[in-house]
Amino acid sequence: MSKSLKLYGGTALGAAAIMAVAVNFADRNVTPMPERADMMGEAPANPDLGFIAMARAASEPHGNYNLGRMALPEEIAAWNLDVSPDGTGLPEGSGDVLTGEEVFIEKCAVCHGDFAEGRGNWPKLAGGDGTLADKDPLKTVGSYWPYLSTAWDYVHRSMPFGAAQTLSVDETYAIVAYILYSNYLVEDDFVLSNENFLEVEMPNADGFIVDDREEAEAHFWRDDVCMSDCKDSVEITMRAAVLDVTPEEEEEAGAEPAEAETEMAAAETGEVAAAPAEEETAALDPELVKAGEKLFRQCKACHQVGDGAKNRVGPQLNGVMGRTIGAVDGFRYSKTMASMGEEGQVWDEDALAAFLSDPRGYVKGTKMSFRGLKKDEDIAAMTEYLKSFSE
Amino acid sequence: MTADKKSNGASRRAFLKGAVAAGGAVAGAGMARAAGEPDPLITEVQEWASGFGEGVDATPYGLPIRFEDDVVRRNVEWLTADTISSINFTPIHALDGTITPQGCAFERHHSGAIELKKEDYRLMINGLVDKPLVFTYADLERFPRENHVYFCECAANTGMEWAGAQLNGAQFTHGMIHNMEYSGVPLRTLLEEAGLDAAGDLADKWIYVEGADASSNGRSIPMDKALDDVLVAFKANGEALRKEHGYPVRLVVPGWEGNMWVKWLRRVEVMDAPVQSREETSKYTDTLADGTSRKWTWEMDAKSVVTSPSPQSPITHGPGPLVITGLAWSGRGAITRVDVTTDGGKNWTQARLAKDGESKALSRFYLEIDWDGSEMLLQSRAHDETGYVQPTKAQLREVRGENSIYHNNCIQTWWVKESGEAENVEVS
Repeated sequence: MSKSLKLYGGTALGAAAIMAVAVNFADRNVTPMPERADMMGEAPANPDLGFIAMARAASEPHGNYNLGRMALPEEIAAWNLDVSPDGTGLPEGSGDVLTGEEVFIEKCAVCHGDFAEGRGNWPKLAGGDGTLADKDPLKTVGSYWPYLSTAWDYVHRSMPFGAAQTLSVDETYAIVAYILYSNYLVEDDFVLSNENFLEVEMPNADGFIVDDREEAEAHFWRDDVCMSDCKDSVEITMRAAVLDVTPEEEEEAGAEPAEAETEMAAAETGEVAAAPAEEETAALDPELVKAGEKLFRQCKACHQVGDGAKNRVGPQLNGVMGRTIGAVDGFRYSKTMASMGEEGQVWDEDALAAFLSDPRGYVKGTKMSFRGLKKDEDIAAMTEYLKSFSE
Repeated sequence: MTADKKSNGASRRAFLKGAVAAGGAVAGAGMARAAGEPDPLITEVQEWASGFGEGVDATPYGLPIRFEDDVVRRNVEWLTADTISSINFTPIHALDGTITPQGCAFERHHSGAIELKKEDYRLMINGLVDKPLVFTYADLERFPRENHVYFCECAANTGMEWAGAQLNGAQFTHGMIHNMEYSGVPLRTLLEEAGLDAAGDLADKWIYVEGADASSNGRSIPMDKALDDVLVAFKANGEALRKEHGYPVRLVVPGWEGNMWVKWLRRVEVMDAPVQSREETSKYTDTLADGTSRKWTWEMDAKSVVTSPSPQSPITHGPGPLVITGLAWSGRGAITRVDVTTDGGKNWTQARLAKDGESKALSRFYLEIDWDGSEMLLQSRAHDETGYVQPTKAQLREVRGENSIYHNNCIQTWWVKESGEAENVEVS
């Protein structure tokens, strides 16, 4: 049975329940249920509790405790998004490989590469065919994943990284079609839809067995452990120190004194150097900076700012104000942004405001999947916050 | 792991030498006292014995004293692309007892640790239930509650050691684990509140559990486990869950791999079949040498590790009485026994369990010896109540090859040198 059918069924039930509210309410008012009494008292003062009370009024008695309320059909529809291998949960829609390539390059390639080949330490989504029995197998959607539903479900619910649940159904079909194409599993004219979804064969579908440790490793259950003279000799065969990939411990310890020293040195070398910096910080509105810092939380998944900021999904943003657009070393910008920089455009207040309010409108083809700040005061706050990291 | 692994042997060695040198100095001071010179720390009035300490509200919610500020979670940068989707490690080398303080219990996020306040929290139960329900946080608090101590271990714990000894420190080789006392409502109670008659025969039913964060991380769990001991928890070690552990509500799936312990739990769907989400097909499946992979390897096998002495906890006091200690656990039940060897497995001695093992919780073991100052090859070997005995690395590789990534529960070896320094090694 498809989920959409279940949902329509639920809508009918929900409507019936709401129509029964008055009767139900009056009826239950007679019974001295403690939780109802609480709700009646507080509902007018607290809109949130009022909502719960209303929703609960729509609820039928249930369970052993009658706690919680009936989930409304539209609530279930909003959260019940998972898709199973038999196609349960798959919404109607379609997408072709070429559209998928465009969407993929715009929204996914920054981590996964233009051809789904992966960048840096981010996952590779294509390749690896026939490597599973090798040392260090390459496990991708094509070489490893047993079900296509897993890819669709994950792309739709959890991607893009930092902007989950922003892809439309058709975009998701298109991206998944492109991933299949990148794995040479379909041709470039392929269109993936809910109709042909189950026809796609995944190469490693038969590559899995259910946990068999209790049989395959039955010899690990034993009562005859050796306690003395268990072996003649023991040799060291491998040492971690030779590989030496353990994180250093003294880094943090060393950081503090070094910072203090720099500060001291700056103080000693006089006020001349310090003055301009002070002037700049004095011009900032601390309230706005604070508001901007809060707003910046949504950017943190992709952008770093402050001491030691590095390029992540997006470029680091220290000193962005006054910087040439697309100019951070080592970051791969969209073509548009790179060419804006080549034309000599810089990030000033106007450019930043225009970009923040409508990223995709201002920079066609930007890889930033952020939808934009709508309020002028938010843009002002974000600008002030970023200015506080000027060099 | 095609990472830019850094190769900076010199400073690493400098750290180890520094630690031992510092220890040596302490030992030296001790000997000076023994030789008869009075200890000024005793004979002179100290500042703390004369002036004031801090008033009561100096730290309204207390933190460890600054002298312990090296006892912290640590990240291994080359492991993942970004800390937003990453893991760090519990400093097990520096802890004792079995309860992990929340502040240093390892974190694992897929889209970062979110801030979700209690008032905004909703838990939905839907799917094959009699009545789909939504609970608020306040609703959950009104169900009968239980308390249980359980370990939570990431299936990838020790996963970097499959192909060989790699990381110098129990924190890094075995620190993807914590052990807490959870307070919460049995999931069974909530499922029964929604009603399971509609599901029919429960033997072949599943639940799908999902988090509220952007990854909406989800796992399928067979119904018999869901009705057995799974807990919907909101407190750990007596206090609210920390943000990084799923505040305000997380799932606790005793004995099973940590990925299933969904944080910021927002939905439980009763289903006919598993969803086969990304986390249960592309990840958390174990590829064997022949290229086939095991799936649904949920239980964490019996395992143990010596936490001290170990590479981050070298012996600093020289020969004489030495406390060897470590942790043991099993996802299949209680630890019944731990053996320790100091000669790489030629001879074993049964260690002392600090108390009787508890099911699916950490056990602390001790072996007190008189160390003669010669080098040791230290190992521990756990036994659980099902009769399972922790295997050697060779025994595991014989069955599973080297590409499993997850569920590496092999016996660990520390090479303790005459200087008291220790190193992660493999032995024949």
